[in-house]
Amino acid sequence: MTATEYKAGSNLEKILSEGKFAVTGECGPPKSTDVTVIEEKAKILNGYVDAVNITDNQTAVVRVCSMASAYTAQQNGLESIMQMTCRDRNRLAMQADIMGASTLGIKNVLCLTGDHMSFGNHPEAKGVHDLDAINLIKMYKDMRDEKKFQCGEEMPIGPGLFIGCAENPFADPFEFRALRLKKKIEAGADFIQTQCIFNVPKFKKWMEEVRALGLHKEIKILAGITPLKGVGGARYMQKFVPGIDVPQDIVDRMAACEKGAPSQAEGKKIAVEMIKEFTEIEGVAGVHIMAIEWEIAVPDIVEAAGLMPRPAVA
Amino acid sequence: MITAERKPLDEILELVGDKKKVLVAGCDTCVAICLTGGEKEAEILASELRIKAEQDGTGAEVEHTAAIRQCEWEYLDMIADKVGEADIVVSMACGIGIQSMAEKFSPQLVVPAVNTNMLGMPQEHALWLERCGACGECVIGETAGICPVVRCSKSLMNGPCGGSHDGLCEVTTPEKEDIDCAWHLIWERLKEQGREEMMYINRPPKNWSKSSSGGPRKMVREEAKPV
Repeated sequence: MTATEYKAGSNLEKILSEGKFAVTGECGPPKSTDVTVIEEKAKILNGYVDAVNITDNQTAVVRVCSMASAYTAQQNGLESIMQMTCRDRNRLAMQADIMGASTLGIKNVLCLTGDHMSFGNHPEAKGVHDLDAINLIKMYKDMRDEKKFQCGEEMPIGPGLFIGCAENPFADPFEFRALRLKKKIEAGADFIQTQCIFNVPKFKKWMEEVRALGLHKEIKILAGITPLKGVGGARYMQKFVPGIDVPQDIVDRMAACEKGAPSQAEGKKIAVEMIKEFTEIEGVAGVHIMAIEWEIAVPDIVEAAGLMPRPAVA
Repeated sequence: MITAERKPLDEILELVGDKKKVLVAGCDTCVAICLTGGEKEAEILASELRIKAEQDGTGAEVEHTAAIRQCEWEYLDMIADKVGEADIVVSMACGIGIQSMAEKFSPQLVVPAVNTNMLGMPQEHALWLERCGACGECVIGETAGICPVVRCSKSLMNGPCGGSHDGLCEVTTPEKEDIDCAWHLIWERLKEQGREEMMYINRPPKNWSKSSSGGPRKMVREEAKPV
């Protein structure tokens, strides 16, 4: 594929286009203006992931904005996937921000609805939800491909974007989840990162539905992984985080380890086992490792999963 | 119907201040059905204010009345005399009724005793649920008679988000009542109707200019104007 045929020409797009198994990571911006937080996280992940998601007020908690943090990560040599939620911006702001991001060299975007305000630190905030994630994907695709704003007005130069979306195979109604991905593909999504997977059999079942619809040939699917640091986190997610399905055997494995280093080693081991399993599933094009506030675990996991060195693309 | 909840007594007392002649005005339509602001509730609030006035020795006189509907001019004529005698009217109607009173009897001071909260219905005894957001562009013909604008916490138009679990919305917490995931309900009912393909449509961005985002709304029916 020549440079002119790429939608954005990002490292992530090139790796996935060449059929190489992609690895993405995740960085949460800080709850302060300490820019070194992003710089440090970027240094840890640099070379071990092909691109890094920069979260957008994740779990509805205010942090440094994803655009500025994505720019900082890129300045530190790590390609970014800027997350964009419909919760905090209307269609004017989402178009302005993506054009601004594009002028800063940001090429990947992940279109999300966003966790509800009630989860975060400003539960009294007014949710915007002018568009939903599917509308957002379509709007960005039209800006890129048709050079048109959502209102239909034209622009001379549109943003070059590799457009991502999320899907949660563990949310309900399960039978609609692959169909929802189809809607996102029709809207214009190029890649998808799943919610973190612990229940591998259920993920495989979802992938069967995805393949039955032929969707794996139309979109690049990155399987989500969150390495567990200890049994506490596993139990918390199992009980309190909606849409995350942590089977009891995973909790039991973590519970059998002593706190600290043994637990962390087991968490990494589970992540590596899962990655190896995902590489065998037809239609899985990569993994998305969300080591929440545990970025230091990522190099070990990627190395142990046999995914090093990361491919270099021209 | 429009539903409302009574404000705490302290807040009402704050609004009444040192006014001596207080009229508590109920409304016998929507807010009466939701047991918040009908004549009976107006009588109860008037008693509470009277007891407080006696306890504090303020000398305030408190009366109560009720209009059939505070949101229609002709019903307000029926309580005009009582309103005229008061220093302040504490209205227990919804936000519409309170404003009608304030406009009809301007510059009479009219304050709210309730917080208007939704367009809903009594789902069961003592439980009211929101049903309509008055968005100005009804979509429920495509969504099995279930409104995604107000019954989905994120007003999604293209199916459930990733937080839908066991038929519940992600906003559900152990402290709150269970909140149904509107899109799960829509999916199930569309299946019953044999119309699940309605879920496969990619609906475009909603036109919010027809909702309150377009500024205060106005409806004119030319054919109904007096000749």
